[in-house]
Amino acid sequence: MSHPFPATASATRVAPPLEPARAYPAKPSDVFLFGTCVIDVFFPGAGMDAIRLLEREGIKVHFPQAQSCCGQPAYTSGYTAEAREVARAQLALFAGEWPVVVPSGSCAGMFRHHYFELFKDEPQMLKQVESLAERTFELAEFLLGVCRVRLEHTGTPVRVALHTSCSARREMNTHLHGRALLAQLAGVERVDHDHESECCGFGGAFSVRMPDISGAMVKDKTAALKGSGAAEVVSADCGCLLNINGCFEKQGDTLRGEHLASFLLRRTAPAAEGGAR
Amino acid sequence: MHALNAKERILARLRASLQETTPIADDYDVDVVTAPWRYAPEARIARLRQMLESVHGETLLTTTSEWPLRAIEALALRSIGELLVAPATPHGRQFSAHVARNAVPLRLKAYDRPVEEWKDELFFRTPASLTGTLGGIAATGSLVLWPTPAEPRLMSLVPPFHIALLKASEVRDNFHELMHAQGWAGAMPTNALLVSGPSKTADIQQTLAYGAHGPKELLVLILQDA
Amino acid sequence: MSTLADVPGVPIAFKRNAREALDDRQLRRNFRGAMDFLMDKRRSQFPDGDELERLRAFGNQVRARALSKLPELLERLDANLTRNGVKVHWAETVEEANAIVHRIVEQHAGQKIIKGKSMVSEEMEMNHYLGERGIDCLESDMGEFIVQLREEKPAHIIMPAIHLNAGQVAKLFHDKLEVDYTEDVDRLIQIGRETLRRNFFEADIGVSGVNFAIAETGTLLLVENEGNGRLSTTVPPVHIAVTGIEKVVENLRDVIPLLSLLTRSATGQAITTYVNMISGPRKADELDGPREVHLVLLDNGRTQAFADGELRQTLNCIRCGACMNHCPVYTRIGGHAYGTVYPGPIGKIITPHMLGLHVTRDLPTASSMCGACSEVCPVKIPIPALLRRLREEAVRAPEAEPHHMRGQGTKYSKKEAMVWKAWRTLNTSPALYRAAMYAGTRLRALMPARIGPWTEHRSAPRLAARTLHELAREHLGDQ
Repeated sequence: MSHPFPATASATRVAPPLEPARAYPAKPSDVFLFGTCVIDVFFPGAGMDAIRLLEREGIKVHFPQAQSCCGQPAYTSGYTAEAREVARAQLALFAGEWPVVVPSGSCAGMFRHHYFELFKDEPQMLKQVESLAERTFELAEFLLGVCRVRLEHTGTPVRVALHTSCSARREMNTHLHGRALLAQLAGVERVDHDHESECCGFGGAFSVRMPDISGAMVKDKTAALKGSGAAEVVSADCGCLLNINGCFEKQGDTLRGEHLASFLLRRTAPAAEGGAR
Repeated sequence: MHALNAKERILARLRASLQETTPIADDYDVDVVTAPWRYAPEARIARLRQMLESVHGETLLTTTSEWPLRAIEALALRSIGELLVAPATPHGRQFSAHVARNAVPLRLKAYDRPVEEWKDELFFRTPASLTGTLGGIAATGSLVLWPTPAEPRLMSLVPPFHIALLKASEVRDNFHELMHAQGWAGAMPTNALLVSGPSKTADIQQTLAYGAHGPKELLVLILQDA
Repeated sequence: MSTLADVPGVPIAFKRNAREALDDRQLRRNFRGAMDFLMDKRRSQFPDGDELERLRAFGNQVRARALSKLPELLERLDANLTRNGVKVHWAETVEEANAIVHRIVEQHAGQKIIKGKSMVSEEMEMNHYLGERGIDCLESDMGEFIVQLREEKPAHIIMPAIHLNAGQVAKLFHDKLEVDYTEDVDRLIQIGRETLRRNFFEADIGVSGVNFAIAETGTLLLVENEGNGRLSTTVPPVHIAVTGIEKVVENLRDVIPLLSLLTRSATGQAITTYVNMISGPRKADELDGPREVHLVLLDNGRTQAFADGELRQTLNCIRCGACMNHCPVYTRIGGHAYGTVYPGPIGKIITPHMLGLHVTRDLPTASSMCGACSEVCPVKIPIPALLRRLREEAVRAPEAEPHHMRGQGTKYSKKEAMVWKAWRTLNTSPALYRAAMYAGTRLRALMPARIGPWTEHRSAPRLAARTLHELAREHLGDQ
């Protein structure tokens, strides 16, 4: 894949060509994990579950301790220079050949798509940016496409709703990967929820800058999730979970969302060799 | 000192913005606008009819000799006693001759003078019109009209019932094919039209209603042998 | 309620407007229903995902090509239109454009203007300008006619009366047109038809917009379903078309993909009832059509957007409205809350160039950047990226160079800039980061229960007891 840097600041831009379906490499022996800042301080359990899921597939996980944030909060707020410096620091930590697995579609999207824009005025960075972009996988995508997991459901039958973050959906197709993983599990019934592809209203700083509109959106999302009849809510993005769970709690609802990694670790085991699902 | 006018200032700004850039090449991929919109010859007319009928257009398969009868029937069905028709056209002549020969109780009138001279009558006392077409587009169910001095623009727009004659052989699969076959780029008329049904609107609560400002009804007589 | 910012430099009271709209249950219901309907209609026109994506890429290329040669194409358009007998005028500002229109009207001692639909004429506030000078402008598009009766602005660029239901229109017609109350939509449309008929007939001047201006042939292309556009551009003796300078395409065949994208994206139609291509005034031997045709080309900030390669993409727009139909913000606050002629996502990226960032200071942040808009944009405008860019321009120091936009730095705050510098330092210094996260998690009991706007609608997020960094190091060893 490539997003060539635009020729000059004044060149007329044409949309990047349609990407062919992503070709996945064979399962590696080692991967990096980029934990994301939201998971780091709010949902570290989800991060650990992601690590354990990968280890369960026989992969050695490396967690560079110097990692911090992908830079998205500053980037979307318009503080591009600050975002660039933080991005530069991450680039240095994840150099090499190992895949970089990210338990968040929006952070994966930063690495895979937006770092090209961030470094467009530094042609000497292109190689590093391309290398990282090429090796970045959102967690569900990695499990499905690279590990080719075959999972067996070991829990009691349950109805679940899947919420996918907007950037995960639109930049990484995470909704499809999440659905495919859940579809492997007999006894897990995934139900649609009303206006499923609509934003939950998080949008990072949007939730505090435009609280009324964001509030209206999260209220609709929680109503839709409740209305779906699901007993559990799963998402591959913790930013959304912060938003949705916070609203559930404020409303006095018992429903809560958990990260897909936690759901899978809790409720599945690798399917027996050549065995049933 | 001669001040730059608005045009010059605007163009100067645009040019300054494009300094040291190269124009994007014309890489027109005909396939994208034609491949999805091709029909087997036997399916072409059916497609056109289906598209027109889905938006309340009426279509009838007929022939070069029979169509005047179909037109007369349609007018009688609607209790319409007069028709605006262009006597300077072959189909206008054919229809007028048929009406005369068969003493059909239908008053024919011609749009043969500038609209200013009879606007009131055109707007308020002309219930129907008959025009030819320059062909059609199957993909979108569209008629092509290039108004002429013989069949002016308002003829297919003001009367609430419009009858259009379409030759089956002049129906093309898609707009690109038609535009290319008819050499549009070389010779655009004052007014070129695609008409794809009677007038409609969904402006009130997204509810479709027909006969907004243009014709309330459109009947297309498809001449299978022309 | 509509709040068009007509005082230069006064910021639009967006947050207040939004809050009012969010509390308006009728409005919320009307818009939710309308947007769901429009999204479904569009979807039904694009059953083949591959065909859609190829066509979008093509549309993007056609628009980009035109923009890459814009000055040349505009000159070619002008020359060919002029050769065809159309009089071409250029205006840098809406004031100039209005003056041009007024001059033409006066030359013909015009009193009554009938209007086909034109968003650029809304940008000009033409009706108001001419009205102040004793010239009546009557809207003939059903949706525009309705909002004109209500003395409102359009709430959507394609369906001006989308914010109303049939009952509201029924009451309006009953009150203003003195007809029997009826909610029957067919009957209401017939009332509109009958009321407006004589106006087409009597108007001195017809005003329209332009969907695409074709340089190759000197042709103005207009699409519509009702027929009022054809009437307005054919019956009156003078036709004035107004449009933005970005609407030009190079060749006649270029309209083919754009037309398909426009009608299918906007209203979920394979094609509009009428596609009207005008290449000149009435010829000597023709019996109808205007004797004079004028085109006014308006800049109004478009050259500012054009000046920057990234922002230039804003001008790809073919005004289909799909972006706002899919926008979760627009769906909840409706069109009027934006206080702009163009609402929704396209409104947020184009209006800052027209009115200045200082006037539209809240618009770029009124988005969660969900990307629903760019996913459906038929010409692939990267709307979230442009919103991000506008945010960047808004928080730059006002005097920073290079200067791209009027109103740059409208959201500049030394305090906020320092906060982000501190964030950068924290996130580029592993030791500092570790210390801060340690402190945060160990002191989490001190986290307040109310954290400003977040906790209006949600409980405060709870910091974990230990970070992932710590847990990972424990599990994997130091790395």
